[in-house]
Amino acid sequence: MRVLLRRRELVCQEMVELITDYLEGGLSRAQRRRFEAHLAKCEHCTEYLEQMRATIRLTGSLRAEDLTPEMSAEFAALYQRWRAEEQ
Amino acid sequence: VDEDAELVARVRAGEEQAFVMLAARHHSTMQRIARTYVASAAVAEEVVQDTWLAVLRGLDGFKGRSSFRTWLLAILVNRARSTGVREHRSVAIGDAGPAVDSARFDESGAWMSPPRHWVEESESRLLAEGLADRIQATMRELPERQREVVMLRDVAELSAREVCEALEISEANQRVLLHRGRSHLRQALEAELGRV
Repeated sequence: MRVLLRRRELVCQEMVELITDYLEGGLSRAQRRRFEAHLAKCEHCTEYLEQMRATIRLTGSLRAEDLTPEMSAEFAALYQRWRAEEQ
Repeated sequence: VDEDAELVARVRAGEEQAFVMLAARHHSTMQRIARTYVASAAVAEEVVQDTWLAVLRGLDGFKGRSSFRTWLLAILVNRARSTGVREHRSVAIGDAGPAVDSARFDESGAWMSPPRHWVEESESRLLAEGLADRIQATMRELPERQREVVMLRDVAELSAREVCEALEISEANQRVLLHRGRSHLRQALEAELGRV
């Protein structure tokens, strides 16, 4: 009886769709337990989770150039333009 | 102390240097976001400057209900969007679709073609081999809303709540868009590094 009442385990294909909810803290406590139970015995999904974390890190590590002195001068000019409008 | 709020107060008081500092603080993030909408860095720079002019003009209306950064990036996204539309940017990746191609799972839903390991390799290749360009290119191919959410969350590092405010979307919607966008980026990295 107990076995029948237990929620079935998550499969890998479901795991990859729940991963953002997991990372965002959006799973219920029961869902989170099921998610982590699957992770504990599935190396591929563990790898997938690591890849999602790496993806977020890599995306965040892209930075454009900082302001050059020429650009600073342009922004100063922009400010002057606005001040002139305000008068 | 909220550094932005302090600088904003000084800009209001008429300090030009405070404005340049404020612009410098956010420039890199704004450039990156704008760049995903328009064809060239020069046009992206115009979008950034237009945004700042709009910010200065609207400064009196900014009541600080959201953070300055959220307000700023919401204006930027709107400007970039309309400039991008004028430039007729095309979108290559479909809006829906699973995080991983269903052909890679067996009938029970277990991995048949599992992800190969590339996490450490990706970090070392980021600078060396144009991986950054690949991420940037994929970002440009994402459907607009997915791109906006990923940019604001993972590049500009706004919180989920701030992104909802900036883009005027629900929390559930934000999470779905984030999920799809990140999943597409992971796929692109896998194609580059994992060679499945």
